[in-house]
Amino acid sequence: MTIQQLSAPGLLPDQSSEFVNNLPSRYRLALFWQVAFLASTILGIVVLTALLFNIVNGAFGLAAVEVKVNPDSLAKEGVPIEDQSKEQLIQLLQETLKPAVYQRLDTEKPFDKRSRSEVYALVIDRVVEPKVMQTWPLFDSLVHRDEVLAEIAAKYPEAEVRFLSWINFKFLTTPQSSQAERAGVRTAILGSLWIISITIVVAFPVGVCAAIYLEEYARDNWINRLIRTNINNLAGVPSIIYGMLGLAIFVRALEPLTSGAAFGLVEDPTMANGRTILSAGLTLALLILPVIIINGQEAIRAVPTSLREAGLALGATRWQTVWAHVLPNALPGILTGTILAISRAIGETAPLVVVGASTFVIRDPSGPFSKFTALPIQIYQWTSRPQAEFRDIAAAAIIVLLALLLVLNVTAILLRNRYSRRL
Amino acid sequence: MQSKERMVGGSPEAIDLRRKVHIGEALIQGFLFVCGVISILTTLGIVFELGRESLGFFTRQVWENTDKTLATAVDPDSTELSLSRGGTGIQAGDLIRIENEIMRVETATGEVAIVVRGQQGTEAVAHPANTTLFRGRRVSLLEFFTGSKWNPQIGHFGILPLVTATLITSVIGMAVALPLGLSVGIYLSEYASDRARKILKPILEILAGIPTVVYGYFALTFITPLLRGVFGQNTVQIYNMASAGLAIGILILPLVSSMSEGALSAVPRSLREAAYAMGATRLEVAVKVVVPAALSGIEAAFILAMSRAVGETMVVAIAAGQGPNFTLNPFRSAETMTGHMVRISGGDLSYDSIDYNSIFAIGLLLFLITLSLNIISQRIVRRFREVYE
Repeated sequence: MTIQQLSAPGLLPDQSSEFVNNLPSRYRLALFWQVAFLASTILGIVVLTALLFNIVNGAFGLAAVEVKVNPDSLAKEGVPIEDQSKEQLIQLLQETLKPAVYQRLDTEKPFDKRSRSEVYALVIDRVVEPKVMQTWPLFDSLVHRDEVLAEIAAKYPEAEVRFLSWINFKFLTTPQSSQAERAGVRTAILGSLWIISITIVVAFPVGVCAAIYLEEYARDNWINRLIRTNINNLAGVPSIIYGMLGLAIFVRALEPLTSGAAFGLVEDPTMANGRTILSAGLTLALLILPVIIINGQEAIRAVPTSLREAGLALGATRWQTVWAHVLPNALPGILTGTILAISRAIGETAPLVVVGASTFVIRDPSGPFSKFTALPIQIYQWTSRPQAEFRDIAAAAIIVLLALLLVLNVTAILLRNRYSRRL
Repeated sequence: MQSKERMVGGSPEAIDLRRKVHIGEALIQGFLFVCGVISILTTLGIVFELGRESLGFFTRQVWENTDKTLATAVDPDSTELSLSRGGTGIQAGDLIRIENEIMRVETATGEVAIVVRGQQGTEAVAHPANTTLFRGRRVSLLEFFTGSKWNPQIGHFGILPLVTATLITSVIGMAVALPLGLSVGIYLSEYASDRARKILKPILEILAGIPTVVYGYFALTFITPLLRGVFGQNTVQIYNMASAGLAIGILILPLVSSMSEGALSAVPRSLREAAYAMGATRLEVAVKVVVPAALSGIEAAFILAMSRAVGETMVVAIAAGQGPNFTLNPFRSAETMTGHMVRISGGDLSYDSIDYNSIFAIGLLLFLITLSLNIISQRIVRRFREVYE
């Protein structure tokens, strides 16, 4: 075919007019869409910023605090309560609190054993009783400070204005309470840690073993193919379905085991209840098992075949090769995958609600057979309440949860970097 | 003897080259296999438990108030009941319940019914006049899928309100996540420099790692006030499906973007270079060459995203509202399937209540929907792999 034939009408576009003339519009379109694609990406980042901003915005801010008893009126012989001795403060508590409340506090921790600052905190908490009347988000507190102050002065003339950080040491160390000012996440953090430890103890060995089986031992037959497809499908099952499985099997069918009754740990067998930390941990273990297996398989697959062949050539058995050569090399990958799976488990809420997280737990969990609550459950419950203060402490609890996740993820990244250099 | 054995020991026959059976090895392999099988047991457990409890839901005797009462008192041995006028009609063969006694209707003509007393292990006792009659019935599949009211406690078993709410929140979520996610994927794979990609991808990973309950908080305390500010306090309810849907969209955006970016960057370089050589602009290369080549991967991402959106729980439980509501208005509150399951199981659920059975029936439906979406997605991915490997 000659050039003349090629440039005949219909084979190549008419070079002079159409082909050249549509270039500017094509470039314009290209530019427009490039901007659109970039804008979508930026939008994603903006949303992330809005999300984090919204949380911080709720967790800090100005608050109008009214006290029940003016601390100045508690001064004795001219000594304000800040300077009173521990004995004077205890006496003050004894005089003002109801005897039953005083007794309860004494049994929680005897007053002789409490330090002066602890007693002082009790006086502030129980006698002065500061009550948060209204809070303003961080943004308003900083930018429209004057307006907020004016509003407080108009609405709550008695109130003291404080810059409140809902997240503080007390928040981390006190248990749940029905009042937002006194509530904390201690039981929730402990519950989360307990549940996660059980999840790790169960899911990690089982997941790694399953991954080893699938990568190193499994032949290509129907049962192994079934296991593989099945694991992929399980990874896509909504977490709430796992919750229902946990409810039906761990909570209900295995109640004697999960409530501890089979081990003689429940005094009255009719009161045995399977809604325990153990059930929750096992449910989450089933939930993250597919993720651990899939990540483990990838890590094991990445180990060069030459290593296995070298081991087998020296007369090592299959398991010796796996244990001494494949696993040590795949370990960083397996660990990273496991940590990511665990950080997913820490944030899971729905399965725990279905398995039966308790709504109100004040006592620290004492073992795998106690009732439980967890950080995400606490966030869910506080968010669901209509009062604004509870939204604020939900934000504070979210910060605690995100900090926990951040620590885990940083560990995962460090592990990956540290060990991948050695390979 | 000894010297003879020594001599033989030097010869090749003495080395046993046959495969040895290591008992330890076999045990280990067996144990590893058991670990692998646990995943199958999990699936079987899910299918079995959901199936069994759902069966319990569909075979359960539910008692419906007939608004009929006994016109006269009956003795323990009388088989003729005279009934009040009005209410739902009673037919031969029906099971009826008066107080705690269950009876079977032999014949029913107008206001007189001949019954067999003391059915299903109940005892025939005397009943005073004006006692209400309950008619026994079972939940039919037809009623389950077409009824527009859901309240198992009082005998409404139509799952439609929960399904429509799930659909609306998922569709809103998809409307946000699909175009945005695909755009982000195209940008990352076709436009972004290596440095930009190194910064942007971890940000999306952060977005993907945030627990869903946090998105619920975000929907309720940020998106809802925003929507109410834009569309007016009267149009938008405090709990509404739109804000939950938007939050779901943000939640699945990283999934869509990272999966479609993966599919796009797996397209061979040569295709792009050929297109550039023909004088195509960057957009034309991306949209007319790379995207069609990666289409099955993108489709798979979309379908997986749909499955995530349908199964998403905490966002809708927090932001979409409580109580089933049969409405198509996204600014109204309505409970989705997952939201309903969470709310019902949040209380201390008794194991033989109709509520307990009903959430398993919903769960089974949800499981089947997400499972079929996942299987479709995997099928598409497999087709996609065949093309390029």
